[in-house]
Amino acid sequence: MIWETILLAQREIRRNVLRSSLTILGIVIGVAAVITLVTMGDGATAQVREQISSLGSNLLSIRPGQGFHGPGGARDAAANFDIKDAEAIGRDVSGVKAVAPMSSQMTQAITGNRNWSTTVTGSTNGYFQVKDWPLVSGRQFTESEQNAGKAVCVLGSTVKKELFGSQDPVGNSIRLKTLSCQVVGVLASKGQSGFGSDQDDVVLIPLRTFQRRISGNSDVSYIYVSARDSGSTEKVQADIERLMHERRHIKEGEDDDFHVNDMQEIMSTLTGTTRILTALLGAVAAVSLLVGGIGIMNIMLVSVTERTREIGIRLAIGARGSEVLMQFLIEAVVLSSFGGVVGIVIGLTGAAVGASVMNMPFILNSGIVLVAFLFSAAVGVIFGYFPARQAARLDPIEALRYE
Amino acid sequence: MKETAANHLENPTNGNQKHLIEFESVTRVYGTGLASMRALRGINFYIDAGEFVAVMGPSGSGKSTCMNILGCLDVPTEGAFRFDGVDVGKLTPDQRALLRRHYLGFVFQGFNLLNRTSALENVELPLIYRGASRAERRRQAMEALAAVGLNGWETHTPGELSGGQQQRVAIARAIVTHPRVLLADEPTGNLDSARSREVMELLTSFNRERGITIVMVTHEADMARYAGRRIHFLDGLIDNSHESPGSPGISEV
Repeated sequence: MIWETILLAQREIRRNVLRSSLTILGIVIGVAAVITLVTMGDGATAQVREQISSLGSNLLSIRPGQGFHGPGGARDAAANFDIKDAEAIGRDVSGVKAVAPMSSQMTQAITGNRNWSTTVTGSTNGYFQVKDWPLVSGRQFTESEQNAGKAVCVLGSTVKKELFGSQDPVGNSIRLKTLSCQVVGVLASKGQSGFGSDQDDVVLIPLRTFQRRISGNSDVSYIYVSARDSGSTEKVQADIERLMHERRHIKEGEDDDFHVNDMQEIMSTLTGTTRILTALLGAVAAVSLLVGGIGIMNIMLVSVTERTREIGIRLAIGARGSEVLMQFLIEAVVLSSFGGVVGIVIGLTGAAVGASVMNMPFILNSGIVLVAFLFSAAVGVIFGYFPARQAARLDPIEALRYE
Repeated sequence: MKETAANHLENPTNGNQKHLIEFESVTRVYGTGLASMRALRGINFYIDAGEFVAVMGPSGSGKSTCMNILGCLDVPTEGAFRFDGVDVGKLTPDQRALLRRHYLGFVFQGFNLLNRTSALENVELPLIYRGASRAERRRQAMEALAAVGLNGWETHTPGELSGGQQQRVAIARAIVTHPRVLLADEPTGNLDSARSREVMELLTSFNRERGITIVMVTHEADMARYAGRRIHFLDGLIDNSHESPGSPGISEV
């Protein structure tokens, strides 16, 4: 009986194709909007997460100053670290996998007739570990190169491309300011960071070389620490803070003049933000689903009036009120869920196109697809009920007489 | 066990009645107070199974009201209308719908077929509500269409059929469920005399060969002559001066 009614409803809908399509347009647009926005929102969230985790695994960064939240100027007043701070962290804090003291400066990298403006970073071999960053060719620094401050460098893939094209640069030399250094390795490509900068646009040299030949002082601008496992970053962070209080002579109650950032914290903040945005956009789109539902109710009411005589015939030959109600309700549900399916198809197509245009991952969220479908069917039930009840309550005698 | 209307109802009254249809002091009042209109003023009659009865009378005489009550579409204000012993006035609308579904067939003056729906599907319609399977519906509907002489017209929609053909589709729809009573409301009112005769002959044959009780409203004396008995309405009462004494069931032609 239900199956018969669905077939019947489908025939009624096909009988007036133009009107049926206009009726479901609201639902189609609503569902498509929800699906597109939520799917692309999921893609954006995943992208942010991926980019942040590409910065390194279980990463903590220690910077002088009061971090992101401090008042302006505090950072300038704070003393920089030096290499002994990094060594102390590696020695005294448990649960640390690797430590990389770092200093950076913008500079020109020159080879032959090519030059490229890039960031030169001085660090130790710990850099490769904390950043979880393998080499595609060549090698890391040797112990003696690091200790003696030899003129050697490892290139990021962008710098390698700009200076050497497709050639292998290992063994060649480049000039940084007045320093001529030999290329010993090339880093794998990492792509954009979560903050929009090109992580591959970097030249890495030993920290000591950087201090002597580039910056001319013994400062370390920041220290990256990688915790041994993701569960222990909080403890490692607390231990580092305690150690730094000691080393920088900060008494209890005094403000810190350094800040330890946990990348996981940043990640959850950023992904939380994109999630909230996605939810808000989805909610706005859901409103158009309601509007679509009202459109269905409107057309169903017209349909009931138009088909008064048909309803009279059905009642006369023995249909119960509940069966007439069911017929119109199912018609509304078939309409709205068909609109939902069309909307899902359009929405997913839109999201796929949008994702490829914006260079984001396309993540099929089957949950939201299911929810959108059920929601559109529910819209049919809710907004189809009133017209269907009107139909079921018709007096067969009056209905048969209706012209 | 013989199938009775009571079998299909939740609260059957007693089924020991002689007559298939009984009207006992039936009144029907529309509206209330000063504006009220007494369409039926206490009528008594019965119809036996297998009869072919013509209901006649001028407009406003109460015959349409009587047919609505007979068709279980309306209920008496006072008095009792009993169908196969069941007091229809005491039934719920759903129970009356079941009575219509299982025991009654309707033929209307204006045919009342579903537009843009094939003859076959129109005839299948009552079977859908009886829960017949698709194959069973098709078979019975084809049979009913053949019985009214519409072999080969199954796929035509009402718009593609003549008035006489449409009325025959309507008759096929009414008899496809093998009803006990067929109610015809001026079935020839929209047809010329030749088509009218065809329709009346069809009705007569179903009455004789299948024993379907027929109650037909008509204005035309020619058509009423096909019936075995005539009931005349006048001002909400039965006008006995016309009552024909003929035995039930057999037409005079």
